[in-house]
Amino acid sequence: MNRRVTVAYLVGLGLLLLAPMFIYPILVMKVLCFALFACAFNLLLGYTGLLSFGHAAFLGTAGYVTGHALKVWELPTLLGLLAGTVAAAGLGWVIGSLAIRRQGIYFAMVTLALAQMVFFFFLQAPFTGGEDGLQGVPRGTLFGLDLADDIKLYYLVVAIFAGSFWLIQRTIHSPFGQILKAIRENEPRAISLGYDVARYKLLAFVLSAGLAGLAGATKTLVFKFATLTDAHWHTSGEVVLMTLLGGMGTVFGPVVGATVIVTLQNELADKVGSLVTVIMGAIFVICVLAFRRGIVGESLALYKRVIGQKPL
Amino acid sequence: MTEIFGVPIQALFGQLMLGLVNGSFYAVLSLGLAVIFGMLNIINFAHGALYMTGAMLAWIGLEYLGIGYWWMLVLAPICVGIIGIAIERLMLQWLYKLDHLYGLLLTFGLALMIEGLFRDLYGVAGQPYSIPEELSGAFNLGFMFLPKYRAWVVVASLSVCLATWYLIEKTRLGAYLRAATENPKLTQAFGINVPLMVMLTYGFGVGLAGFAGVLAAPATQIGPLMGSNLIIIVFAVVVIGGMGSILGSVVTGLGLGIIEGMTKVFWPEASATVVFMIMAVVLMIRPAGLFGREK
Amino acid sequence: MTKRKLLALAISALLLPAAGSAMAQAKGKISGDVVKVAVLTDMSGVYSDLGGKGSVLAAEMAIEDFKAQFKPKFKIELVSADHQNKADVGSNKVREWYDTQGVDMVTDVLNSGVAIAVAKVTTEKNKIMLNTGAASTRLTNEDCAPNNVVHYVYDTYALANGPGKAVTKQGKDTWFFLTADYAFGHSLEKDTMEAVKANGGKVLGAVRHPLNASDFSSFLLQAQASKAKVIGLANAGGDTINSIKAANEFGITKGQTLVGLLTTVVDIHALGLQTTQGMMFTEGFYWNLNKETREFSRRFFSKHKKMPNMLPAGTYSAVMHYLKAVQATGTDDTAAVMKQMKATPINDPFAKGGRIREDGRMIHDMYLVEVKKPAESKEPWDYYHVKQVIPGDQAFQPMSASRCAAVAKK
Repeated sequence: MNRRVTVAYLVGLGLLLLAPMFIYPILVMKVLCFALFACAFNLLLGYTGLLSFGHAAFLGTAGYVTGHALKVWELPTLLGLLAGTVAAAGLGWVIGSLAIRRQGIYFAMVTLALAQMVFFFFLQAPFTGGEDGLQGVPRGTLFGLDLADDIKLYYLVVAIFAGSFWLIQRTIHSPFGQILKAIRENEPRAISLGYDVARYKLLAFVLSAGLAGLAGATKTLVFKFATLTDAHWHTSGEVVLMTLLGGMGTVFGPVVGATVIVTLQNELADKVGSLVTVIMGAIFVICVLAFRRGIVGESLALYKRVIGQKPL
Repeated sequence: MTEIFGVPIQALFGQLMLGLVNGSFYAVLSLGLAVIFGMLNIINFAHGALYMTGAMLAWIGLEYLGIGYWWMLVLAPICVGIIGIAIERLMLQWLYKLDHLYGLLLTFGLALMIEGLFRDLYGVAGQPYSIPEELSGAFNLGFMFLPKYRAWVVVASLSVCLATWYLIEKTRLGAYLRAATENPKLTQAFGINVPLMVMLTYGFGVGLAGFAGVLAAPATQIGPLMGSNLIIIVFAVVVIGGMGSILGSVVTGLGLGIIEGMTKVFWPEASATVVFMIMAVVLMIRPAGLFGREK
Repeated sequence: MTKRKLLALAISALLLPAAGSAMAQAKGKISGDVVKVAVLTDMSGVYSDLGGKGSVLAAEMAIEDFKAQFKPKFKIELVSADHQNKADVGSNKVREWYDTQGVDMVTDVLNSGVAIAVAKVTTEKNKIMLNTGAASTRLTNEDCAPNNVVHYVYDTYALANGPGKAVTKQGKDTWFFLTADYAFGHSLEKDTMEAVKANGGKVLGAVRHPLNASDFSSFLLQAQASKAKVIGLANAGGDTINSIKAANEFGITKGQTLVGLLTTVVDIHALGLQTTQGMMFTEGFYWNLNKETREFSRRFFSKHKKMPNMLPAGTYSAVMHYLKAVQATGTDDTAAVMKQMKATPINDPFAKGGRIREDGRMIHDMYLVEVKKPAESKEPWDYYHVKQVIPGDQAFQPMSASRCAAVAKK
């Protein structure tokens, strides 16, 4: 990474650190959780070309495992987060190994169906509290700081987000990331070059699931609550929408998409009620028909046209 | 003999019958998906929403216009078909050259829109729809109580499936259709209007969903979410059966409905997930699906 | 350079929501000189006919009546939201209300799963919740919060005991339950099972169904197979209505008796007397009890086109009681208002001589009702024979049986 980019990241981080002075911190934390979720998803869709329609399963699983670990086993906060992340990655390995047996549309349907199975499992399993959700998860402490204070928790969430974002960046630019892109562009060719495509796909899937899990675990900490909504297929659809709207296969796209969608939902929920779903659907349709590169992708393209050079 | 494997015979046959009813819905819906997939190469995520639309139309027809069940059984699928044709002309046709996943995403967005719209208009609670008079009541078979309406659902769905099979496999129109599926360019060269066929196919496929919706109206709650809950199971059915053959999807749909019904008797906790478990097993043994071909 | 611009774009998008929400924090006797009442309810779902817009209307009526009667110096504002029967949606909304909108009291909160979550947030933020919608006895026992939460209208204990006793005593002494699979259903099932056993009945089993289930037939077949004389419906709203309809379709009502444990006048209206005649259950309010209830209910009816059941009626009473306490103490401080509310008896169309017990349970009379035969009904909404007035101290769980840790310690 060159210096300019590093400076830019630092400025962004600085703004994030100041944000709770102006904005309701819970809302920013929610945005960050979904931004991480979407970034994790983008790793799969944008950089490997796999459309998973069941990513909510990982968000939900990690949420429940973390919630259970903190509430019932009374683990320290960091271990609780880790437990959720590992559980999601493990589930990612199981679902991934099944799903990569099919491609394209079938892959999407298989992940959707398996995620629905996970959803029903959580609906019935006694430790999740079913419809009531897993309530009253304690946030615990970190290095002696009481995380019950929203502001202290906020900085932990920012740290988690920044760390994961950095990890995703590194992955994309690593040789591993390059192979993933090769698979996305032309799978038969990647095979003929001697790459074990199935293994790479599975690895990407597990990594993506784990990071999605981290997002879910963090979300449980923020809301002190693990719920079925997180495991519902609606959430799987939402993360596709965030990535598509922001720009799939771009670094910042998912972050922008998640910010826009979460903010929209927050602002509109009381004003238009269930029409929010209609608006989300309409954004989906417009993106697919006319706006396939998403906000970031289109902005980059516009920049390129106007200035006549490739940005960055 | 009033019990089999410790289960009262009445409960056993009752659940078997309910399984058969659900299976008929799976069959009609997966058939529609398969027909559309064959021609357009997209998975129609809006299928569930259009099934719900069919049911909603039936309810609206009765509630506001006083049009009864039998008329709506014909009119609602036609309306849904017309909606489908509009969708195909206005949106889907621009996506054929792109990755097939975009079709899935577009129809997902449409499903959200349709669902949200009905939710806004009528809430999620579900509207009641009475069983038409001719079919209310039940046959008392001695060992079980068979509501007439449920029996009719099975008969009607299977007849429609059979008619569809006949249409596609045995008629001239069906032959064109199969030709266009196999090789659209060549078929076009023979002077057959392929875009028209595509449009009609989509309209017909979703019309089937609308038909299933009207059939379902008196048997379940008519609510905006009725379609989305069902469609995911139907996706699993499609993965299990593969989309290669028409009769294949019908048989798979019915079979899975029955298996699900039996699970309710012997292992109720698993009844919501059994179809997905079967899907996982099929994926391990025969990834292309029971009736599917690897391309 | 350009990447920074891009970043700035992304970050300004992050900052956008700042505009709308500045923290409302004001000191003074009444914070911000505004008393903010919030109605959290199910606006569009399976319970929307029980509370929903009716509860919002009832709160509006209470505020209007209060203003006309007491001419308060402070402003009163009402906000409302739809929790969609999701505990996370509800508790997040309420947290936001408390944190950013300066809401002082939240009411209705039907759906026990949501209510338990909201009660936790309310306790954490030290505000007031007057629960007029949710039923689970957990709210005054395991999850009690006597300094912040009042269980105002009814609970599963009160619902269970009326029919649990009356029906079992009729000789219908074997029960099977069809239960909504969440906090409310579980409480209602448990409390009714205890009532049935206490009266010499037997419980043969239970089957759980998801909230807002689309098809009850397979659950009812299981209930039928149990051969119990009574099928207890431990569900509510649309779920109860649909269970009863499906039972009719499968001819189950011919051999077995259905008891809708939480049934209100709007459910009877939806099902019709033909289907429901003879059903017995406990109600917290009936519009046609006396002159005062009729007057209130007719006023409500003229705006809502439906008679109030116990939820809107209770919400009206709760909001009124709260505002009176604020007026009397001159503050919206939680501890002071709660103390005042507990010290003052409640007398209004909903309750006569009602009082709030130390565990947060509001004690008032309940009614065991039987649904009239179609021929007996003289006018629309004339649905009940009131068989018995259950006095408050018998209707609700006695303090001696309380499992509320905060109260037991004393």
